[in-house]
Amino acid sequence: MHCSFLSWSRLGAVLLLATANCLAQSPPGQRLYSANCAPCHGPTGAGGKAPDLTAPRYRHAPNDQALFGIIRFGIPNSGMPLTRHLTDQDIHAVIAYLRTLQETSPPPARGNALAGRQLYRTKGNCSQCHTLQGTGGATGPDLTDIGARRSPAYLRESLVNPEAAVPENFMVYRLFSLIPDNFLQVRAVTKDGRRITGTRVNEDPFSIQIRDSSDRLHSFWKDDLAELHKDRGKSPMPSYRVLLSEEELDDLVAYLVSQRGGL
Amino acid sequence: MIRTILFAWVGAAVALAQIDPEYVAPKQNPHTSPADLKRGEQLFLGHCAGCHGPKGEGARGPYLARPKLRRAPDDAALFELIRDGIPGTEMPAGWAMIMKEVWQVTGYVRSLGRTAEEKVPGDAARGAGLYRTKGNCSQCHTVRGQGGGTFGPDLTEIGTRRSASYLRAALLEPEKTVPEGFVQVHIVTKEGKTITGVRLNEDTFTVQVRDLNGVHSFEKRDLKDFHKDPGKSPMPGYRTIFTAPELDDLVAYLASLRGAS
Amino acid sequence: MKRMVLLIGWAATAVGQVSYDRIRRADSEPGNWLTYSGNYSSHRFSKLDQIDTTNVKRLKPAWVYQIQAREKTQSTPLVADGVMYLSEPAGEVTALDTRTGRTLWNYRRTMPKGTRGCCSQVNRGVALLDDTVYVGTFDAHLVALDAKSGVVRWDTTVADHNLGHSITVAPLAVKDKIVVGIAGGEYGVRGFVDAYHAKTGQRAWRFWTVPVAGEKGVETWAGESWKHGAATTWVTGAFDPDQNLVFWGTGNPGPDWNGEVRKGDNLYSDCLLALDADTGKMKWYFQFTPHDVHDWDSTEVPVLVDGVVRGEKRKLVLFANRNTFYYVLDRQSGQFLAGKQFAKQTWAKGLDDAGRPIRLPNTSPTVEGTKVYPSVPGGTNWFSPSYSPVANLFYVAARDEGGIYHMGEAEYKPGAQFNAGGFRSIPGEEPAGAIRALRPFTGELAWEFKLFSPPWAGVMSTAGGLVFGGTNEGDFLALDAATGKILWRFQTGSQVKANPISYLSGGKQQVAIASSNALFVFELE
Repeated sequence: MHCSFLSWSRLGAVLLLATANCLAQSPPGQRLYSANCAPCHGPTGAGGKAPDLTAPRYRHAPNDQALFGIIRFGIPNSGMPLTRHLTDQDIHAVIAYLRTLQETSPPPARGNALAGRQLYRTKGNCSQCHTLQGTGGATGPDLTDIGARRSPAYLRESLVNPEAAVPENFMVYRLFSLIPDNFLQVRAVTKDGRRITGTRVNEDPFSIQIRDSSDRLHSFWKDDLAELHKDRGKSPMPSYRVLLSEEELDDLVAYLVSQRGGL
Repeated sequence: MIRTILFAWVGAAVALAQIDPEYVAPKQNPHTSPADLKRGEQLFLGHCAGCHGPKGEGARGPYLARPKLRRAPDDAALFELIRDGIPGTEMPAGWAMIMKEVWQVTGYVRSLGRTAEEKVPGDAARGAGLYRTKGNCSQCHTVRGQGGGTFGPDLTEIGTRRSASYLRAALLEPEKTVPEGFVQVHIVTKEGKTITGVRLNEDTFTVQVRDLNGVHSFEKRDLKDFHKDPGKSPMPGYRTIFTAPELDDLVAYLASLRGAS
Repeated sequence: MKRMVLLIGWAATAVGQVSYDRIRRADSEPGNWLTYSGNYSSHRFSKLDQIDTTNVKRLKPAWVYQIQAREKTQSTPLVADGVMYLSEPAGEVTALDTRTGRTLWNYRRTMPKGTRGCCSQVNRGVALLDDTVYVGTFDAHLVALDAKSGVVRWDTTVADHNLGHSITVAPLAVKDKIVVGIAGGEYGVRGFVDAYHAKTGQRAWRFWTVPVAGEKGVETWAGESWKHGAATTWVTGAFDPDQNLVFWGTGNPGPDWNGEVRKGDNLYSDCLLALDADTGKMKWYFQFTPHDVHDWDSTEVPVLVDGVVRGEKRKLVLFANRNTFYYVLDRQSGQFLAGKQFAKQTWAKGLDDAGRPIRLPNTSPTVEGTKVYPSVPGGTNWFSPSYSPVANLFYVAARDEGGIYHMGEAEYKPGAQFNAGGFRSIPGEEPAGAIRALRPFTGELAWEFKLFSPPWAGVMSTAGGLVFGGTNEGDFLALDAATGKILWRFQTGSQVKANPISYLSGGKQQVAIASSNALFVFELE
């Protein structure tokens, strides 16, 4: 589901109206958070599609001023949009609320992170496609701070059913439209018969750039392609449902949750 | 991205505007001894006179030899203005001076203002009439959006930017006070066309000129002759056109032009 | 033909790795631009001749990339195997597909509060080594990025930005290390040249450009003035693999415009240093402007050429200095061989037999201001010169501008500017500049192409017989390398303040230049 600005501002309006009575007594920051932020960051800030805000430090916001800037202007090339409809006062209220969320301690993770680390390297073979703390391949998303950006539940689902949650990023944030960054799987056939399957790096009306499974970059004029298929909802990432036991999945998730950045 | 830009501006402002980021400006000038004043004069001559005139009488920059400065109601404000410049204008930050030196210049500028307020005899209302009629100034100049002239400088704020004595001199001998950005150029094209006008823009290969007929753009390689006459002005001198009282009136009118409305 | 080339499609080579060996032999693959100055000798010369004097008038923009930062860029890109790596203000990086101009990845970085610099948050370029891109940042870090995805491999703090340190220089990949310099000469720092292990980001060596008490050279600083001696190192140097020497220029002594507080020659400010690439130990130095009081940083690009001078075959380094003199030095000993003025100057009678300037009186800064040519930006500056082995000429973008220099009080405060004075332009003057071609071993002028204003863009020469350069008014132009005649130009719309490069994309020669907030790529129509 796209966290598009329009759809969740409508959603936000509905939520506001529906829960106006209940929340009328709660602090304005919390109300604003529930209306605007919860759909991606989770009802209690624990994350989901978007980072866990209960983390003690925010990667992009070392202080209140920076956090204000992020809420006001968003983060380019990410799912975090800007908020034209919030006043300065609103944003300060949200920040105050976020600071209270940061004081809560994180839920205990099931599973053993150390065992998970082993699995990452061995059975999981994750480095083939993912980078973590500087090493690994670049076909899939970087996982260096994945624990701060996605909730444990989300990570588990990604492992078991990767195609349910292919990272998507076609945000309204096209103000600085640079790279789609959404790991869309594409299949191209050139007019002289070459076949390339990979993730889309960038696209425009006339050309497309693709990274294949050997991490090789290709650039094509669309005029030179006989076929171009976009396999939405498909992922080159295999499912680990069968390969890993429930316990192993817990361990791997615990390891990923512990990855909170700080290179 | 915008964060980066925001921080870049903050960083640049700190770097450019404040030489010492931890300096807290006192309300009153702490450097007002005779030695400070003397040093202030030296620094003024070096850093400020080029635009404001050696006695603060105004030139490219406004005249400062008056008791009230519009943007600097007190010493602390004047200090900050010299230290930080005025964004969006040609007044740069005083980055080359340490705090003490900025105070010394502040003191000296204030001392310039202790001269008696300039006497401006003449009737501004009569002067406004002369501007329109005998002077025909609108042919080349604009005031508050009125006037045909983009040929010469806009005069809407001229009363704050130049002293009355400067304005008088400009009317009598325009070629001694050609403002920057109004270089007169003389062009003869290879086809024999001749243009004398004010240079709008120039680069290694082209030049754009404005005269009373409008804007002309040339490739330099199509010109037979192209030279700049820096001490020349298309503005006529008014010594023989106005009587002395009329000149007083016109100067009074111009000195009264202090901005829109 | 074009259709055929396109139909074949195009993919990055299997390896896609820029090994040290490839950079060493950069001359043998002119289809790429693997290091800042084109090769380790800093020739900024392209062997490509698809574009030449007969067809350059058909040069047209192929694509334009726009940088989103507010700051104008001074960056020179690198190209390896169809991918262009462009650094952007403050130390961000973008990878572009050279065929379409489309972005492949971005590296974005938030600057902390409190970064300082004299000028603006520029970044002049990246280095490539193996499968990694290296960039310095305005908050004085050195960062290693995966070349395929932009992911951070390591991030090392080089110096404290709160004290005025920053990195604007394009690093230089040398063997298995990344050599980088530091900026902050207006903040009373002490300069250095660093080398970091490319794989880990650990520092391998540091050479301090200002000696401390007890070290040789400190006697050239009165009292304790060495503590804030500056002599920063903010332009990319050269490397000679045979001698295993890195050649790097150093900047002005601090404080810039008040020499009274630092009497002495002030070593090693305004020098060319020859440093051992493995240890950083200095083999020799040559000082261009002893006891500089004009801020004439000798941070220009050293150009390595071999030739016959004074009857002997020698290894030389050619150096067009900010102080308006062009120098020919022996790069094995640092011996001065020849020197000649190449831009307007009023401060020196000439150079003596050892290459030391013979100063004229009354040219130092004063409180009221002293008029001197050249102005603070000098006869030339950080932007690149070029040497063409085909034309056998040294090309430099020269500035004939004077300035008024002020001396002020020297007061050091950490993090604050420590200049003791300033400068401004001479009222009523419209200074000009020129692209000048000099005979490489004597500095004699072969030809010049006059420019309307003193340039801030570097030059590149090509085997197609062309010299490319840029102007403040936005022109990107091509001259005949032998005669200086203007053959082509394009109005980019804003100041060109960067260096050109050339390479192949899909078999077609492209010429790229950054212009304020855009990167233009040209090819034949």
